[in-house]
Amino acid sequence: MPGYKAPLRDMRFVLNEFAGLDRLRALPGCEEIGPDLIDPVLTEAARFCEEVLFPLNRSGDEEGCTLENGVVHTPRGFREAYAAFREGGWPALGCDPAYGGQGLPGTLGLLIQEMICSANLSFGMYPGLTHGAYSALMQHGSQALRDRYLPKLVSGEWSGTMCLTEPQCGTDLGLIRTRAVPADDGSHRITGNKIFISAGEHDLTENIIHLVLAKLPDAPPGTRGISLFLVPKFIPTEDGHPGARNGVTCTALEHKMGIKASATCALSFEDAKGWLVGEPHKGLRAMFTMMNEARLGVGVQGLGLAEVSYQNAVAYAKERLQGRALGGARYPEKPADPIIVHPDVRRMLLTMRAQIEGCRALGVLTALEQDVAARHPDPQQRQAAEDFVALMTPVIKALFTDMGWDATATGMQVLGGHGYIREWGMEQYVRDARIAQIYEGTNGIQALDLVGRKMSAHAGRYLRRFFHPVLSYIEAKQDDERLADFILPLSKAFGRLQQATAEIARRGLSDPFEAGAVATEYLRLFGLTALAHVWARMAELALDKAEQDPSGFYRAKLVTARFFMERLLPQTAGLNAAIMAGGGTLRAFDDAAF
Amino acid sequence: MTASIHRVSVIGAGVMGAGIAAQVANAGIPVVLLDIIPGGAAKAVERMLRADPAPFMSKGAARLVQTEDLETGLPLLTDCDWIVEAIIEQPDAKRELYARVERVRKPGSVLSSNTSTIPLSALTAGMPEGFARDFLITHFFNPPRYMRLLELVRGPATRVDAVAAITEFGDRALGKTVIACKDRPGFIANRIGGLWLQSAINHAFELGLTVEEADAVMGRPMGVPKTGVFGLLDLVGIDLMPHVAASMKAALPASDPYVANMREHELIARMIAEGRTGRKGKGGFYTRETGPGGERLKRAIDLSTGEYRDSTKPVLESLEVGAKDLRRLAEHPDRGGRYARAVLLDTLSYAASLVPEIADSVADVDAAMRLGYAWRWGPFELIDRLGPGWLAAALREAGRPVPPLLERLDERSFYRVQEGRPQFFGTDGAYHDVPRPEGVLLLSDVKLRSQPLARNGSASLWDIGDGVACLEFHTKMNALDPDVVALIGKTVAMGKKGVFRALVIHNEGDNFSVGANIGLALFAANIAAWGEIEGMIEAGQKALRALRDAPFPVVGAPSGMALGGGCEILLHCDAVQAHAETYMGLVEVGVGLIPAWGGCTTMLRRWAEAPKAPRGPMPPVAKTFEMIATAQVAKSAAEAKEMLLLRPSDGITMNRDRLLAEAKARALSLIEGYQPPKPATLRLPGPSGRAALSLAVGQMARIGKATPHDITVCDHLARALTGTKDHTEETSEEEVLRLERQSFMALLKTEPTLARVEHMLETGRPLRN
Repeated sequence: MPGYKAPLRDMRFVLNEFAGLDRLRALPGCEEIGPDLIDPVLTEAARFCEEVLFPLNRSGDEEGCTLENGVVHTPRGFREAYAAFREGGWPALGCDPAYGGQGLPGTLGLLIQEMICSANLSFGMYPGLTHGAYSALMQHGSQALRDRYLPKLVSGEWSGTMCLTEPQCGTDLGLIRTRAVPADDGSHRITGNKIFISAGEHDLTENIIHLVLAKLPDAPPGTRGISLFLVPKFIPTEDGHPGARNGVTCTALEHKMGIKASATCALSFEDAKGWLVGEPHKGLRAMFTMMNEARLGVGVQGLGLAEVSYQNAVAYAKERLQGRALGGARYPEKPADPIIVHPDVRRMLLTMRAQIEGCRALGVLTALEQDVAARHPDPQQRQAAEDFVALMTPVIKALFTDMGWDATATGMQVLGGHGYIREWGMEQYVRDARIAQIYEGTNGIQALDLVGRKMSAHAGRYLRRFFHPVLSYIEAKQDDERLADFILPLSKAFGRLQQATAEIARRGLSDPFEAGAVATEYLRLFGLTALAHVWARMAELALDKAEQDPSGFYRAKLVTARFFMERLLPQTAGLNAAIMAGGGTLRAFDDAAF
Repeated sequence: MTASIHRVSVIGAGVMGAGIAAQVANAGIPVVLLDIIPGGAAKAVERMLRADPAPFMSKGAARLVQTEDLETGLPLLTDCDWIVEAIIEQPDAKRELYARVERVRKPGSVLSSNTSTIPLSALTAGMPEGFARDFLITHFFNPPRYMRLLELVRGPATRVDAVAAITEFGDRALGKTVIACKDRPGFIANRIGGLWLQSAINHAFELGLTVEEADAVMGRPMGVPKTGVFGLLDLVGIDLMPHVAASMKAALPASDPYVANMREHELIARMIAEGRTGRKGKGGFYTRETGPGGERLKRAIDLSTGEYRDSTKPVLESLEVGAKDLRRLAEHPDRGGRYARAVLLDTLSYAASLVPEIADSVADVDAAMRLGYAWRWGPFELIDRLGPGWLAAALREAGRPVPPLLERLDERSFYRVQEGRPQFFGTDGAYHDVPRPEGVLLLSDVKLRSQPLARNGSASLWDIGDGVACLEFHTKMNALDPDVVALIGKTVAMGKKGVFRALVIHNEGDNFSVGANIGLALFAANIAAWGEIEGMIEAGQKALRALRDAPFPVVGAPSGMALGGGCEILLHCDAVQAHAETYMGLVEVGVGLIPAWGGCTTMLRRWAEAPKAPRGPMPPVAKTFEMIATAQVAKSAAEAKEMLLLRPSDGITMNRDRLLAEAKARALSLIEGYQPPKPATLRLPGPSGRAALSLAVGQMARIGKATPHDITVCDHLARALTGTKDHTEETSEEEVLRLERQSFMALLKTEPTLARVEHMLETGRPLRN
C-alpha cells in the first residue's frame, strides 16, 4: 500500500525562505501572515490529507461514482470526508471574509491544494470547482447573486461547476449551441446539453450551482456572442434553502481512465431557470478569469501527483533488494543492495525530485504574484503582477502537468512490474495524472496561448515581467564565483529563450503557422528556463546553510540544483534547435499521406 | 509660372473666404480680405491665428493678409489680379457685389465665385459681357488649406487665358488639384457626395442599423474616413443638410434620383430644432459626456427612439468577412451587408449616370471624390473593386436601370494599365491615359512601368530617370525598421558604384515616416534584448551618416509627418524639398526616449552654424534642448524652417503631385561639383551646461509642467547635448553619437519609458507619467 506524508519541510522552505513572506505581508489583509499563522494551518491540512483523504484514494478509484435514477453517488467515505472538510473550514480558506471566508492568501492555498491533490485528486475536484464558481461570481456576479450564493459556496454547503463543453464544442467555444431565452422576471430559461461536467451531479452537497455558457437570442456569432449564466440545481428559497428542483438533470456518467471518484457528468438543461452573470455576450471574459485560476490549479494537480509518486518510489527503492551496486556491494550483509544504489534508479528519482521541487517553488512564486495582483494597493504593482500571472499561467499548466505525467510514469518505472499492477497504487497516479494534460485547455492550447496571446499582448509587456527580473538576477550574480555553476547554465538557457522568443515573434508576424508549429517546444523551453531561475535562487539560499545543516536538507537542495542544471537544463539546447528549424516539415507533409 | 497673379482679394471673411485668403497667403502672395461686417475681416484673421488645425502655415503668412471693411476697402481691388467672392449664397447679393467690383477692378483681372450651389449662368445673367469673360467659379473645400480639391467651372464666355491662369495658380501656388467641372448643381463632389450621404442615412433608418454599424460599414470597407456617415454629419453640422437638400431640389429635376429619394427624417429635424447639430452644437448622433467618476463616455443616439445610450463597437459578421473584400461585404445577407449593397447601388449607379453630365471623365470624378471627400477610392474605382459586371447584374436584379456608361463598359473595367501607363475608360468607349499635368512626376507611375533597382519588405529603390534614384519606404505608416536601415546601406553602396548619380528620398504614403518602429523596439526591450537594440541604434546612426557622407547628393522630399527617425533621415540630407504640408519633429521624448540617430548631433550643429544665432557653447544646446525636450512638431514646412529642421536653402512645394519632380530637379542641380559635407566638431558646455539645464527642468517640475519621468528624460537628453568635456575642448560627432546611444539605452531600460512606448503604440497618444 502506498503512503503519503505532506512535504512540509520543503513547503516551509519555499514559503518562508525562497518566496519570503515580506512581499505577502505588505498586502492589505496579509499583515499578520507569518510562520506562527501558517505553520498550524499547513500542519492541520497535512494531517487531514494524510489521515482522511489519502485513505479514500484507492477505494474511491476502485469503486468510482454511480448513477441511479439521475442521482450520482460518490464512493464510500466521500460524504463523511467532505463533511469533515467543510467542518474544518477548508472551503473558506482563501475566500473573502465579507462572505464568510478566512481571507488567507492564495500562496498558502496553493500548497494546501498540492496536498489535497497528492492525497486524493478525485476528492479535490469537488471543492476545486466550487472555488472556481466562487471566483467567477465574486468578480462578475451582481450584488444580488453574490449575496445569495457566495456564503453557501464559501461554507461549502453548496458546490459549483463550470459548464462549457458540449458534444460538438470543446476547445472552440464559438460553436456553443445551448440557448438562453430572457424571461419576464429578469431571469433566463436555459436549454441545451453539456458534457464532461466535473462535479456536475453528486451527493456531497445539498445544492449545486452550475455556471453555464449559453447564447442569447440576439447573440453575435462566434465567441463574442457567449453569455454566462448561473443555474442552480435547486432554486433557492427566499431564506436561502434549496427550493424547487430546476430543469437540469444528469443523463450519464463518463467512464474514464482516471479520477474515477470524480463525477464527470453529461447534463441536460431543459428550460432551466438561470441568471445572467456579468454582461450579455461577455461570458467568455468572465469565464477566462476563472480559467486562469483553474489552470494554475490543474498545474498543481500534476505537482501533487508527482510528489506522492516520488515518495512511494523512494520508499520502494530503499527497500527493494536487487543486484549489487556497480562499484561493488554497498550492503554486503544483505542478500542484495537496495535498488537505490543503482545510477539509473537514482537518475529517475533525482529527475522527479528536481522537477517537483522546482515546480513547487515556481508555483508558489506565481501564486504570490496572484495575491499581489488581487490585493496590492498600487495599481501599477497590481498590473505588473497580473501580467506575470497571465504569462506564467499556460507555462505552469502545461509544464506541471507534463511533468506530472512524466514523473508518475517514472515513479511506476522505479517499481518495475510492481508499479504496473494495481496493488502498489502507482498506476493510479499515472492514470489520474493523464487528464491534467487534457482538460482546462489541452497543453497544445496552452502553448498556443503562450505564443499567440501572451507573447504578443501589449507588444510583449507580459514577457517583461519574466525577462527583466531574470536578467537582473543574472547580472547581479554573474561575478559570484560560488554561484557560477548555477548562473552560467541559467544565463545560457535565458539566451536561448531570448533568441527563440525574438525569432518566433518575427516569424509569427507574417506566418502564424510558424509560431504554432514550435509552440510546444517553446513552452517547454520557457518552463525549463523558469525552473532554472528558481533553482539558481534556491541554490544560492542553500549554499550558505549547507555546511551547518544536520538535517541534510540544504545539502540535498544544492545537489538537486546541480542535477537540474547539469542533467535536465541542457534540454534547452535541443529545444532551441528544434524551434529554429521551424515548421517547414509540418507544412510539407501532405494531409492525405498521414 | 504664377506670373499673372501677384495680388489677390477675397471678399467675404466667413470660414471659406478667410480660409482661402489664408491659403493664398501661405503661398506667399499678398491678399486683401474684405468683409461686409465692420471689423469682420480682422476678426476672422484673429480667429484663424488661434484655430487648430491652423489655416495659416506660418505667422509670416498671416502678415500677408490685409484686412478691410468692404465699404472702405473696395478701392484696394484695383491692384488685384484675382478677386474671389465668398459671400452669402444669394444670387442677388452676389450680382450686386459684382456690379460694385466691376467699377474698381483692373482690366484683365479675374473674378471668381466660391459658390457651391448656384449655377454660373445664374451669376452672369444680366451682367455685361466683359464681366462674363473674366468670370468663373472656383469651388474650394473646407478647410481650404487642407482639402486638395479645387472645382473649377467656366462659362461659355470665360476667357481661355483666365481659366489657364487660375488653373495654374490653383495648382502651383495653392497646391490644389484643379478639376474642370460642368456648370451643373453641386458640381462633382457635392452632387455625388450629397446623394451618398442621403442614401446612407435613408437606408440606415430603413434597415434598422445603429449609427456605429452604419459608420463602420461605410468607413473602412468602402475607403471612407472612419467618421463614416453619421460621424461626418456631426463634423460638418447636421443643420447643413436641409440647406443642401433645398438647393439641390430647386436646381435638379424631380426625376433626378437625388430629388426623388429625398426623405424627411423626423428625428433629424428634431435634433436640428433642439440644437443638437453635431460637434459645433450640443452633440449630434454621437455625444461625449463626463461620467460620474470623471471618465469620458462616448454615447450614441438610437435612431429608432432618439434616446442616447453608451456607444458600442459594432459586431457584424459582414464587417469581418467584408473588411478587405467589398464584394463579400455587399453580398453578405446580414443588415450590414444589405446596407452596404443598398448604398453602393444608389451611389455608384448615380455616379455612372452622371458622366459626361458633370465631368468629362471618370478619372476627374474619382479624383474629385478622393480629394474633396477624402475617399480612398472614387466611385469608378469602387465599381472596379466590386466588378462592373457584378454591379450591372445587381442593378438588373433590383429592377433598376443600368447607366449607359456601365452598360457600354460591359465586362471590362474603368481602369487598366497599358504598357505601364494607367488608363481610364472614356465616354467614347476607348481607353485614354490618365492625364498628368506637365511637371508632375508620380512615383506610383514609375512603379507601374519599371522594376525596382533594389527592394526588401520595407523599402525599395526606383530609377526615376536622368540618373536619379528614389528611395521609397513602404512599411505600415512608413515606420523605420531594420530592413529600411539595411536598404539605406545598400542604396549608398549602389550609389558609390555609380548605379545612380543623385538620390531622392520620397514616398506617396500619407506620412513620410512616423519614425522608428517602436513596436519592434518595445518587444525587444521587453525581452531584455539590449545588445540587439543598441546594435539597431548604431546601425541606424551609421546608415544615416553614410547617406550624408556618400559621394552623391541626397534630397529628401517629405509630405505629411516626418517624426523621430523620419525627421532624422531628412536632417542628414544635403537638401530637402518639402511639401508645404510637412510636419517635422523630434518627438522621441513623447515615448520617454531621445533622438539617437544623429538628431541631437545635427541640431547642435545647425544651431552652432546658424548665422543669426547667438554665439557661445550654450545657445545651440539650449535651443536644441528646448525643441527636443518639448517634442515640438513643425505644423508646416514653413514652420520647420523657423525651427531649423529645414534650412533656409531648402525648398517648399505647395502641390504634392509636383513634389517628386521638384525634388528630382533639385537633386540634378546638385550633382555638378558635389562635395559631401565635412563632419562637424562641436564645442559643448560640458557638466556645467548640464547643471544649468537641470535647473531649468527643476523649475518646470515645480510649477507642475514636468512629470517625474520628464525630469529623468530631460536629464539624459542634457547629458547627450552637453557632452563630457567643457567648451575649451572640441567634441567629435562620434562622441555625441555615442552619448545619444548611451542616453537612449539608459532610458529604454526604465519602466516609465516602456509604459510610454506601449501607450503610444496602443492609443496613438503620449502618456504623461
